[in-house]
Amino acid sequence: MSDSTEEVRSYTVRLELVDRPGELLRALNPISDRGGNLLSIFHERGNLTPRGHIPVEVDLEATPERFDVIVDALREEGINVIQAGAERYGEELTIVLIGHLVDTDLSDTLDRIEQRSGATVRDLSLSAPEDSDGESSARVRLAAQRGETQTVLDVVDEIATEKDLQVIEPLTAGDAP
Amino acid sequence: MNIAVMGAGAVGTSVVELAEGYGHTVTALADSRTGVVDPTGLDTAAVLERKRSEGIVGDDDPEDVLEGDYDVLVEATPTTLGDAQPGFGNLERALQRDRHVVLANKGPVAERYSDVRALERESAGEVYFEATVGGAMPVLSTIADFGPEKITAARGVLNGTANFVLSRMAAEGLGYEHVLAEAQDLGVAEADPTFDVEGTDAALKCVIVANVLAQGDREYTLEDATVEGIKDVPASALELAHEDGRTIRLIGEVSDGDVRVGPRLVPDQGALAVTGTRNIVQLETTHAGRLNISGRGAGGDETATAVLADVDRLTD
Repeated sequence: MSDSTEEVRSYTVRLELVDRPGELLRALNPISDRGGNLLSIFHERGNLTPRGHIPVEVDLEATPERFDVIVDALREEGINVIQAGAERYGEELTIVLIGHLVDTDLSDTLDRIEQRSGATVRDLSLSAPEDSDGESSARVRLAAQRGETQTVLDVVDEIATEKDLQVIEPLTAGDAP
Repeated sequence: MNIAVMGAGAVGTSVVELAEGYGHTVTALADSRTGVVDPTGLDTAAVLERKRSEGIVGDDDPEDVLEGDYDVLVEATPTTLGDAQPGFGNLERALQRDRHVVLANKGPVAERYSDVRALERESAGEVYFEATVGGAMPVLSTIADFGPEKITAARGVLNGTANFVLSRMAAEGLGYEHVLAEAQDLGVAEADPTFDVEGTDAALKCVIVANVLAQGDREYTLEDATVEGIKDVPASALELAHEDGRTIRLIGEVSDGDVRVGPRLVPDQGALAVTGTRNIVQLETTHAGRLNISGRGAGGDETATAVLADVDRLTD
């Protein structure tokens, strides 16, 4: 990569593969052949897209110009690239949950937030219950796809309402970080 | 200008006290039951002393004040919801007599904005209400100067009591009830703090801003606002926020036609994390970025300062 002065960045590519032996390797070759550094491959066997294909998510590192070459090469190979962009989780948001967090099964709460919103829990900090009610607070840092922040907050709100929890949302406008 | 003042609470009495210094004459004052009228100007010191010692402002009726001789009616009776009475009725009477009205009472412009504007159109009098949003801070006059169509959003801390409670809970690690009791001792919170801590007061201010920004295209009332208070925010939530470089403030927001008030996470060192009873309003402008207006959002003299600034606008 000495020919490039551009910085290496991480990218996520979502592919749809036909369920056929050798298909995954065929998809990965154009990436390594063109100087992409594979970070992780998430191959969801058994989980089919509406078109009956297997979704695969590939994290890789490359310079921006090499990344463009890689995506072009994948498409030339006839591989269906459904999404390609700089890191999938472009936005982070922090919320505070308040209420009977333990009694209402915090890990289930977080699982459901992840499943329904597509966000990932990056960090969790839980306070000890502060009164006899057993109410406590938790600070949760979520990674969301760019532009999806409001959707994630709506999902969090829904789940919190079901479990009678209070959500303190970040101010996403203004001088929010 | 000759000023008649309806309402003899903190704001009304401050207006009476300060008006002379602005070159105006107070010709009448009413509290909820009594009134005093003198077309040549009240002996303000004597009237305020009587209010303090006897609990009445004079031997006349509030009705005499409304019918009396004045150029501007300052409406400083307590804010009421729904039909916004008696404030709205007082405003109506003044406009029907082609007199100007300056509101400190949020009710009429928060709950019956269209009615107020309709009455104003039929009258030679004008209505100003800078004092209803953010006390001494020039929020509405700034919006008027920039042009409401050039403001895309407004947000901020609009209730000093709630802000005092949250910032003190964060600084001292104390619980809500403890800090509220302390605020009541200090006179920062009223004996019945419901309006402040449940977010109603902040929401009314946001609704007024929304009405001004909408310029008659849409009318907002308290019902259009999504409101959440601070009563259920525990000290542990503030602590967790602090560990992450954030804090929690009761934030009011007007954007994209929505009015929303609730506790929100904001950066600890950010502009919105004002402490104590201080207020702040951020305006997003079309051509000039963000504007922060900060200052004292409540208090007799502070609010009276905004009222008298409105009276001066009428003189121009």
